[in-house]
Amino acid sequence: MAIEVRIPTILRNYTDGAKAVEGGGATLDQLFADLESRHPGLRGRLVDEKGLRRFVNVYLNDEDVRFLGGLETKVSDGDTVTVLPAVAGG
Amino acid sequence: MRMLTIERAIVDQIVAHARADHPDEACGVVAGPAGSDRPSRFVPMANAERSPTFYRFDSMEQFKVWREMDDRDEEPVVIYHSHTATEAYPSRTDVSYASEPNAHYVLVSTRADDETEFRSYRIVDGEVAEEEVRIVESYETDSVD
Repeated sequence: MAIEVRIPTILRNYTDGAKAVEGGGATLDQLFADLESRHPGLRGRLVDEKGLRRFVNVYLNDEDVRFLGGLETKVSDGDTVTVLPAVAGG
Repeated sequence: MRMLTIERAIVDQIVAHARADHPDEACGVVAGPAGSDRPSRFVPMANAERSPTFYRFDSMEQFKVWREMDDRDEEPVVIYHSHTATEAYPSRTDVSYASEPNAHYVLVSTRADDETEFRSYRIVDGEVAEEEVRIVESYETDSVD
C-alpha cells in the first residue's frame, strides 16, 4: 500500500504524463519530499519557502489540507492526495 | 487556428450568470466529454472572493466539480469569468494563474448595461491568444467543418 497522489494536467510534465503517482511519508511534507526524489521539480510547484503555494489546492481524501494541518497534515497508506491548481484571476 | 464553438443556450446562461452577480465577478466552467472540445454542461461556481476585481473558485466546490467531471469522463472545456468594469480581455492576474492549458478561457464584460462582450482565449505558458467564437443553435445540427 502507498499513498496515491493525483496530478493535474499542468503538472504532468513532471510525472511523464501520469495522472497519478504513488509515494510515502508520515506527513504531506514528507510525501512531497518522497515524490521529489522520483519526480524532480514537482515539489517546487506545490510549496515555496512559506509553505503550500497559495494558488495550489491540495486535498487529503475529501478535505482541503488548509483546513487540516497544511504541510504537517498526517497521511498514511491508502490515503488519496489530490492536487488541483486554484482557478483564479482578476 | 483554434476556435470556440458553443451553443447559444450556454452563452446565454454564462451571460445571465455574469449579469446576476454584477458588480462582483462571476465564474464557472462548462464541462464537456474529454477530448471532444464541446462545452455541454454548464456549471456556475461561487466566487469565493465575492469581489468586483478578483475571482477564485471555492476550493471545496472545485474539488467536488472536478471529481464529478472525472467520474463522467469530462474535462473543463470552458472556464469563464466576468470583468465588471473593464474589457473582456485577460488581466495580468488571469494570465499568471491560468492553469488549464487545454481550456477555452471565456471572458465576459458587463461594464455596459446594454451590451455584454463575450470573448475567448487560450492561455498557455503566460501567452494569451484570442480565438474566434462561433455560436451555434445546436451541436447536433451544426455542420462539420
